[in-house]
Amino acid sequence: MSQADNNKKEILLHVKELKKHFPIRRGVFQRQVGAVQAVDGISFDIYKGETLGLVGESGCGKSTAGRTILQLLKPTEGEVFFNGDDLVSLKRGEMRKRRRHMQMIFQDPYASLNPRMQVGSIVSEPLNIHNIGNTASRTERVQELLGLVGLNPYFVKRYPHEFSGGQRQRIGIARALATNPSFIVADEPISALDVSIQAQVVNLLDDLKAELGLTYLFIAHDLSMVRYISDRVAVMYLGRIVEMGERDEVYDHPLHPYTQALLSAIPIPDPDVEATRKRIILEGDVPSPVNPPAGCRFNPRCSYATDICRQEDPEFRNLGTDNRLHMVACHHAEKFD
Amino acid sequence: MSAVEPPVSLPKIGPDDLEAPPLSPGQMAWRRFRRHKMAMVSAVIVILLFLYSFAGMLAYSEAQANATETGMRLQGPSREHLFGTDTVGRDIMARTIYGGQISLFIALTAVTLETVIGILVGATAGYYGGKIDSILMRFTEAVLIIPQLFLLIVMAKFFGGQVPDIHIFGRTFSGSVITIILIIGLTSWMYLARIVRAEFLSLKENEFILAAKAVGTPHREIIFKHILPNSIAPIVVSATLGVANAILAEAYISFLGLGVQPPTATWGNMLDGSYNYIETAPWLWIFPGLLILLTVLSINFVGDGLRDALDPRSRAI
Repeated sequence: MSQADNNKKEILLHVKELKKHFPIRRGVFQRQVGAVQAVDGISFDIYKGETLGLVGESGCGKSTAGRTILQLLKPTEGEVFFNGDDLVSLKRGEMRKRRRHMQMIFQDPYASLNPRMQVGSIVSEPLNIHNIGNTASRTERVQELLGLVGLNPYFVKRYPHEFSGGQRQRIGIARALATNPSFIVADEPISALDVSIQAQVVNLLDDLKAELGLTYLFIAHDLSMVRYISDRVAVMYLGRIVEMGERDEVYDHPLHPYTQALLSAIPIPDPDVEATRKRIILEGDVPSPVNPPAGCRFNPRCSYATDICRQEDPEFRNLGTDNRLHMVACHHAEKFD
Repeated sequence: MSAVEPPVSLPKIGPDDLEAPPLSPGQMAWRRFRRHKMAMVSAVIVILLFLYSFAGMLAYSEAQANATETGMRLQGPSREHLFGTDTVGRDIMARTIYGGQISLFIALTAVTLETVIGILVGATAGYYGGKIDSILMRFTEAVLIIPQLFLLIVMAKFFGGQVPDIHIFGRTFSGSVITIILIIGLTSWMYLARIVRAEFLSLKENEFILAAKAVGTPHREIIFKHILPNSIAPIVVSATLGVANAILAEAYISFLGLGVQPPTATWGNMLDGSYNYIETAPWLWIFPGLLILLTVLSINFVGDGLRDALDPRSRAI
């Protein structure tokens, strides 16, 4: 995708200063004693037809971000504009109507399908809920969807337990596609699958995107997969986005020390190069999201940290060009350019 | 690495052509149930008991069951009166038949009531959580700590005789039957409510519930279409065992003379008064007592079998 036409591209999803804090309550009166700041002020746009990869280690708030954007969790603060509507301020019923345009693919194919429902009713549920078509057209649509995701259309009367993990994930994808959504949040759709199946599912998602004109928010922690499928990449650390930009830009010229450390962990499929690969080993653990460090959230683990990092929260600023944004939240990012 | 297989010319298929699943969860449960010998035998006994109570109507009319003949009082089992006669000369066999109908009717409707209340309370508490959960569960516990027998007696005393007779299936049920059903139903839903709540608490965290929410499924449908079918196993088991308990509860109250009023017979009130004749006329209590014992025992075994068959966590195969 050419970067020069960023301006011309239509914004499908606009997320502004989105926060999700989970209150921690203690004692008899359930007094709030603190909050897990799972997502703490993230802002980004997703353009129509692109895939934004959201990466970060476990517990950094990726999944919470995805769920909060779809209003499956009520945001603590912030705005989410989808096609111009602010989802956060919508009433429940209005929000429900809009759900047909935004769907989700889940991580665990064993937990995301109701074991008591036949594949046909699982896939047709969105059609029933949104009153799309009649019984006959729904049956036809379900079979079409199963064919689309590479499953035998005759499977409609089967139960989820009769399928393998990869097949179940395809059923989940078929369900997500049922209402012809324009936007799909894929919440680590491949991390529970076998490596050989991962490639199949990722290719399926990629093909479907081209065929149906979908837009993805692709949440993952597998960096090579994200590079393969994304147009742009956002890196999350402890509830914040620390770096975001065009895929190759981020992978080839990472500006944030955390991104550099993450990328250095990707094995290179060439034994000679691999032997000389230098890993940046991060010290310590991810700080608790209940009590994040002052200043830059990455400062306790960052080898470049200086006083300013411990005191001031870095601004999320653009170091790329206007047409080719490369956002980064680091005081010293220029040094790494 | 297959690319998307496009839906190339799907053959037109009707609903009948669709391949049937190898085994539905229900069929698998039936297979496991069949392996449980005690439960199978008990299920047959339960069916026979129902047959005895309902097919017995062909042999005796209700009038016969209630007809007194003081000249024939306290006769032992004989050719005319297979189970003997009671203190006012009524045929005990006829009375166990009609009494069985009432006892089973009471038990089944009371359990239905109990299950409905239990599911509603448990599902609401478990699904919505928070304050609603706290209020409902504290209320459940409050009802639970009052001994059931005490509640039964107080409520029986309080409601007794206030409900008019009703007519269903061309028969007259004394108002006391309705009272007993309400009393048993209203005093035994608590355990079920707790079971349902626990099931809901764990099931609602599943990703398929989140998936349903992402689709836009309303709460009510999530509760009844997604969560309830998955918690059906413990509910069925608990309801089955509830039938046995309801029969016993009816027997208690009727034995204490607070239950269904004569001349309407139940297995319970047939025992009432027979304790004066424990030695002199044992047929007075042996037959209704045996029927209660048999019913309660077999229903409990069926419940055990159902638990093994339906609850995958206790699956021993």
